[in-house]
Amino acid sequence: MRVIHVSELTENIKEMCIEANHYLTPDMESALKCACEREKSPLGKQVLSSLQDNLKIAGEDMIPICQDTGMAVIFLEIGQEVHFEGGLLEDAVNEGVRKGYVEGFLRKSVVKDPLLRENTKDNTPAIIHYEMTSGEKVKITVAPKGFGSENMSRVFMLKPADGADGVKNAILTAVKDAGPNACPPMVVGVGIGGTFEKCALMAKKALTRPIDRRSDIPYVAEMEEELLDRINKSGIGPGGLGGTNTALAVNINTYPTHIAGLPVAVNICCHVNRHCVREI
Amino acid sequence: MDQYISAPLLKKDIENLHCGDYVYITGTIYTARDAAHKRMYEALMSGESLPLDMKNNIIYYMGPSPAREGKPIGSAGPTTSSRMDKYAPSLLDLGLAGMIGKGKRSEEVKAAVMRNGAVYFAAVGGAGALLSKAITASEVIAYDDLGTEAIRKLEVKNFPVIVVMDKDGNNLYETAVREYCEEK
Repeated sequence: MRVIHVSELTENIKEMCIEANHYLTPDMESALKCACEREKSPLGKQVLSSLQDNLKIAGEDMIPICQDTGMAVIFLEIGQEVHFEGGLLEDAVNEGVRKGYVEGFLRKSVVKDPLLRENTKDNTPAIIHYEMTSGEKVKITVAPKGFGSENMSRVFMLKPADGADGVKNAILTAVKDAGPNACPPMVVGVGIGGTFEKCALMAKKALTRPIDRRSDIPYVAEMEEELLDRINKSGIGPGGLGGTNTALAVNINTYPTHIAGLPVAVNICCHVNRHCVREI
Repeated sequence: MDQYISAPLLKKDIENLHCGDYVYITGTIYTARDAAHKRMYEALMSGESLPLDMKNNIIYYMGPSPAREGKPIGSAGPTTSSRMDKYAPSLLDLGLAGMIGKGKRSEEVKAAVMRNGAVYFAAVGGAGALLSKAITASEVIAYDDLGTEAIRKLEVKNFPVIVVMDKDGNNLYETAVREYCEEK
């Protein structure tokens, strides 16, 4: 058994909120650079080139890449040999988010109640997903999620008879409906299977996968590539202003499901697909 | 084509703006997003006055991140405009001449743009650090309690935007996408 003081999580999460909002991961940076090089629309190229300048300024001057510094989505993969001490894990995570957003000059975008809408002024609470794994480590993923693209995300409860074509159509529908609102070029996270909530969670997690890594399941990897190609032929383009780069990747996760169902969730992320990963 | 214009907007400038033009704005503009629009709309509905005169002005749909010391503002890119669609026609009818945001607008907004000879610009979404460099001053002028959603008066210098809906209702999101669509 390994004992971890919860304050260690707080400190890491604070730093990770700030890091994720100022620097993209190298795979995202290089995907955006490649998109800029191959874009055929002059206006689209100008948009993508602005995004390169934006990333440079964000990192050098410590100005968040996007003013929507998101709701803090946090995945904790906890080895089952770990014992936490020093307080409640959830409180420690929220304290890290609070410190990161207040001390890091990040925007406070969370309201206490969905209908009464009073700002909590420290961007808490975070959305926390716990997963138990083997071993005695804790893997933390901090993925601040902006709502321009979150609002364009969808869940489709398809019928088994809809099959692969039905799934592809659902994904393409979500992407086309999102269009310019989701700040393309986007990353498309997809969950297929499970239950209503399981597919949504898989879609969210799919956004944290390195952008250049395809699914381990051959037919799923093929579907990812086919969909990316079809999305990029939609013409939506960078900023939705027309062009050949509408998405940077389609990441699909799957899970067993019920004999009667075929749930599909499409979680769309803008080009500021932020995530910061640490293992402690 | 590239155009350099001043804000508040002049009628003759709006007449020369066409879909797809890259426009650099210099002058004074105002921010307002969801909560400020809701409050302004409620003020109008109950016959109260608005905290700013809409006439010839531009509203930027934006809620910035906090400014670091010595900087006028933090990250300052556009938010999705469609959430303001419910409120925008009333403001356009009061003389609002321009809106800066990102994303699609409703038929009602398009009609109000055409009826009033206004213009809808897009700024590049997710480029808030870059766009903040074109803002030289920022001051909260109303609804301070709304935090990032307060109404701010901004001084901008060559603030880069693209005309997506001109006074005739032409829509770049529709025309440009058709041009690059390769689907059968």
